[in-house]
Amino acid sequence: MNGRPDGSALVTGASRGIGAAIARALAKEGWPVGVNYRSDSEAADAVVEEITGAGGRAKALQGDVSEPATADALFTALEEEFGPVLVLVNNAGVRADGLSPQIDDEDWDKVIDTNLSAAFRLTRRALRPMIRNRYGRVVNIASIVGAVRGNAGQANYAASKAGLVAMTRTVAAEVARRGVTVNAVAPGLIDTDMTEGIGENLLEHVPARRAGTPDEVAECVRFLASDGAAYVNGVCLTVDGGLTA
Amino acid sequence: MAATATREEIEGRVFEALQEFGAEPDAITPDATFESLDVDSLDLVELAQIVEDEYGVQLKGEDMEGVATVRQAVDLVMSKLG
Repeated sequence: MNGRPDGSALVTGASRGIGAAIARALAKEGWPVGVNYRSDSEAADAVVEEITGAGGRAKALQGDVSEPATADALFTALEEEFGPVLVLVNNAGVRADGLSPQIDDEDWDKVIDTNLSAAFRLTRRALRPMIRNRYGRVVNIASIVGAVRGNAGQANYAASKAGLVAMTRTVAAEVARRGVTVNAVAPGLIDTDMTEGIGENLLEHVPARRAGTPDEVAECVRFLASDGAAYVNGVCLTVDGGLTA
Repeated sequence: MAATATREEIEGRVFEALQEFGAEPDAITPDATFESLDVDSLDLVELAQIVEDEYGVQLKGEDMEGVATVRQAVDLVMSKLG
């Protein structure tokens, strides 16, 4: 569309919630989208159908990003169908909460692997087409937890998200010269499966007095992935209704 | 899986890539240093990628250490080819 090279967008963890909203938003911008999911193929197919029904292009791509081989597999499958991946949204994330004495190695590793290490592997892989094409948009979905504040009960999650933001800034500095931007979005309390059960009393602390919607996070990603945001690099855009203001 | 290529071909491809990165064509000689050509580590990463995509030769970070001239880069690629 507007002088950008032909290519595709990959959104991880896109079968529901924020990821699905991001996939829809990017498809509306004209990107063919790889809708990655780990296990819920039905939900991923529904996202693809919604996109194609609205005139966009999309493909469901199964893969657990915490497995090292997944990065290459996703990219190969997506590139074969829609061309080089020029937009990568690292959205797949998990949590395994507990106070630190209760977080075992498995819970620690799982969260770091999926939320941070996987994002690095996918970014590393994405830089190949992006650098060669002199165009790229990497958007990492972080969280106000870790990126801005700590949160008791989420040492692993907070560490993974803080790491993600540090990685974002560093990679941005490395590749900006090639027309690649790498930015993060830090959502606050958003209405999704991941925040189910998180009490009403938290809303009292949100100046906007409501949770945000997945579409409101997707709008931030849409902007950062746009041509117009070419000079925005290495930032972390908070979208939290004023919670951390 | 490494393709085969002559030294001339590799040299030509490397020269082409360096020009793409902004090096002055006249200044690109086998003994030119990357520093003198204003070619930095990001450019070399991209060069390694070109070499991998087009000749199947994988150049790791540690391989690239100490490669300071055009000749050394071509030598490195040649040494990795089958």
